[in-house]
Amino acid sequence: MNRINKKLQADKKLLSIYFTAGFPSLNDTASIIQDLEKNGVDMIEIGLPFSDPLADGPTIQASSTQALKNGMTTDILFKQLKDIRQTVSIPLIIMGYFNPILQFGVEAFCEKCQEIGMDGLIIPDLPVDVYNEKYKAIFENYGLINVFLITPQTSEKRIQFIDSISSGFIYMVSSASVTGGQSGFGDEQMAYFKRIEAMNLKNPQIIGFGISSSETFKQATKHAKGAIIGSAFITHIKKEGIQGIPNFVNHILS
Amino acid sequence: MRYNINKKGYYGEFGGAYIPEMLYPNVEDLRQKYLKVMAEPEFQKEFKALLKDYVGRPSPLYFAKRLSEKYQTKIYLKREDLNHTGAHKINNTIGQILMAQRLGKKRIIAETGAGQHGVATATVCALMGLECIVYMGEIDMARQAPNVARMKMLGATVIPAVSGSKTLKDATNEAIRDWINNPVDTHYIIGSVVGPHPYPDMVARFQSIVSEEIKWQLHEQEGRENPDYVIACVGGGSNAAGAYYHFLEDTKVKLIAVEAAGKGVNSGESAATSALGKIGIIHGSKTLLMQTTDGQITEPYSISAGLDYPGVGPMHAHLFKSGRAEFIAITDDDAMEAGLELSQLEGIIPAIETAHALAIFKEKTFKPDDIVVVSLSGRGDKDLSTYSDYFNL
Repeated sequence: MNRINKKLQADKKLLSIYFTAGFPSLNDTASIIQDLEKNGVDMIEIGLPFSDPLADGPTIQASSTQALKNGMTTDILFKQLKDIRQTVSIPLIIMGYFNPILQFGVEAFCEKCQEIGMDGLIIPDLPVDVYNEKYKAIFENYGLINVFLITPQTSEKRIQFIDSISSGFIYMVSSASVTGGQSGFGDEQMAYFKRIEAMNLKNPQIIGFGISSSETFKQATKHAKGAIIGSAFITHIKKEGIQGIPNFVNHILS
Repeated sequence: MRYNINKKGYYGEFGGAYIPEMLYPNVEDLRQKYLKVMAEPEFQKEFKALLKDYVGRPSPLYFAKRLSEKYQTKIYLKREDLNHTGAHKINNTIGQILMAQRLGKKRIIAETGAGQHGVATATVCALMGLECIVYMGEIDMARQAPNVARMKMLGATVIPAVSGSKTLKDATNEAIRDWINNPVDTHYIIGSVVGPHPYPDMVARFQSIVSEEIKWQLHEQEGRENPDYVIACVGGGSNAAGAYYHFLEDTKVKLIAVEAAGKGVNSGESAATSALGKIGIIHGSKTLLMQTTDGQITEPYSISAGLDYPGVGPMHAHLFKSGRAEFIAITDDDAMEAGLELSQLEGIIPAIETAHALAIFKEKTFKPDDIVVVSLSGRGDKDLSTYSDYFNL
């Protein structure tokens, strides 16, 4: 069974952390992953940096630009992750935009992911229908779970369709925004969380975008299986360095 | 072979809508409605009336006698430079503002490179009384200060794009992010035949008035509708798309696309996407784009701010790949000389973008009885300081 599916069965709310590979320093990737697991994080999204990250706010953009300046490439990331499964057992997901994956070759990329023990992919600009028609078979062949996003504007019919072709979890974008957009959830968002919860989808939902503290983590996971933190984590390690990881995770889980 | 768009939103293998889910509802809504809205008689009536009375169409198809004599062929200039705001860009913004109104949108966003599309968008927003926000790369704002002032005077808010390379591609990223953050009340007026489907097709249709007029104007003057050649400069490709549109499927009309070679195609400072680009995804479209082997989008260079886009519209990628259009790259120097030449032979100062298309006559020989139509996409007022510095005027 895929590590993602196994983790989703755990009787707890899941904390997932996104970080941009190659930031703050090129070779921090493995230590960040190890430290996150050691401190109780349940799942990790490893960001493959891209020059033009359309769905990301200023924090993740800046970390991507810095990571690329530091010399991060797809090949280097795969090398850094080559032995990661000797020390880490939580689910690992690569999150990146489609163009770098297309240039690497979609099948070659999936093959490499399987070889080094990745469990899934999140590709925000790979549309659901293109995936379904062209790439689903390849992803499945290499045992990778592709995770789709939904937003408050996604129609019920489309959510049902996304649920039907998903096999892990659904990434629920908390509000109409790019990453790192806000702090705290209002009534409108809580109503959206409840609305999706009430749909009783086959795939559990994990909420991302706008989660930055122990309070927002608790709010989000009241109606979902887990939550993903990205920009707040990047801001923290930018300030504190990667030795600040235990502090950050403990604070969220407190 | 078919050269225009297919039902799925692709030109051959190029096009589609590679967008994050956050943009899906807006883009899908537009996709479902744009053809229906454009076909409404009321829409057509209003669009045509504004093009005539506000933009000043039809733009003349002018026989350039002295230029023709010099190059021993028959050269016609399609005078988009005479449009209100000084370029072809306004054909599209008029169409899209009417579209935005029918979609019930209250707030308009746009990206701009040289500022021409920004000015054309700010103009139609003023005309319709809609809020207008234009994203412009911080570097371009400094390079094109007069256009920034024009947009502000027209009541638009100009927001500097400070991410990435701080030019057109980053301004486009910022506009897309704005649309993600404002999914309900906002329409994004893209300025070229780029972006996710249906944008390339919608913009091409709004610009197609250019070739529609060429046909009857040429018939009036030459007794035939079809020229032998249609020549246009290509950055994203909107003026070329308009000039080619009604000739696309008629392969007897030869199409030439002129890209900016910058300091030379292989100099490392160029915007010749067809020569330097590889297939990939940029701004939601599968097309040719300049990128590293790792798939990171690279920064193009051209002396003209309107041509330095690292991609090209999917229609043009298909015209290139299929061989339907011939692609030629012109350097900064050759373009500047051609701009000076047109000024002094015909009394027309062209935009530097347009000057690239005019430089074709030094590159390629045409027969004396060939009818060659050049899309004179914009006027050179905005480029005077660049011309003046270059030629020490």
